[in-house]
Amino acid sequence: MKCAELLAMLNEYVDGTVDPAICEEFEKHMAGCNPCQVVVDNIRQTITLYKEGKPYDLPIAFRQRLHSALRQRWNETHRQKP
Amino acid sequence: MTDHTTPEVSDTDLVARAKAGELDAFEVLTNRYAQRVYSLALRMLRQEQDAEDVTQQTFLSALESLGGFRGDASFATWLLRIATHAALKIIRKRKGLDTVSLEEATEPTEGYDTVPHPEYIADWRQSPEELVRKHETQSLLDDALGKLDEKHRLVFLLRDIEGLSVKETAGALGLSEANTKVRLLRARLQLREQLTLTLGDPYRRVAQTHPTTGQEH
Repeated sequence: MKCAELLAMLNEYVDGTVDPAICEEFEKHMAGCNPCQVVVDNIRQTITLYKEGKPYDLPIAFRQRLHSALRQRWNETHRQKP
Repeated sequence: MTDHTTPEVSDTDLVARAKAGELDAFEVLTNRYAQRVYSLALRMLRQEQDAEDVTQQTFLSALESLGGFRGDASFATWLLRIATHAALKIIRKRKGLDTVSLEEATEPTEGYDTVPHPEYIADWRQSPEELVRKHETQSLLDDALGKLDEKHRLVFLLRDIEGLSVKETAGALGLSEANTKVRLLRARLQLREQLTLTLGDPYRRVAQTHPTTGQEH
């Protein structure tokens, strides 16, 4: 496996969806190629950081507007029901 | 209103109660997911007013079409799909496009041969665990995300931040799975490059060439 081929399989490898035979080749390549090893490591860390990242706060005034809009729509759509 | 959000009440129960006519149950679901929907919309659109509009539309539309929710996907995934749809409408309007999908009919599937190779390769100075705890990390992450092309950013947001599958991401964005995968790879590589510029340890930088073949990365 060449570095470029490894790059093309990177998603499948870090997502754990790679074919076992290719996985073995992938790991064999990495064992002898420090740059690829570091890139794979960095990619995993990048994904982890974003997964663990914080969502934006909902503006308080908007939260109130959202709930009143929901209540209004609910009353409109549920009026006929007992 | 009081936040009734308790972990023991599952989304499935709340959806069933909302379907049976309990507004309170729907409000709990809204409280549970509003921040997540808003964050996704803000990261997609990078404009607060538009993100609020998308969030409101998402929950109103969820309220109206709740009867059609069959639970094939999780409630969260279903909501995120609605939000993505609403955000794409705004993106198209901004571009003055009427097309159904972000994928132009004429656009060929992006190939892997044109994916840029990593340039700055270095071990990071800190572990992700240490970085997550640091206040400045989040703005670094958001800045790097903001530098991505929209088409790459949207895929990354749904797949890696929201945790949708490749198939669900492709479905939400109206893309083929093949294009979704290439865009995801480009996004991941570009973010890695950006983050490594700041987080990489210059003393642990490694050359771009393969150690034995001398082949370039």
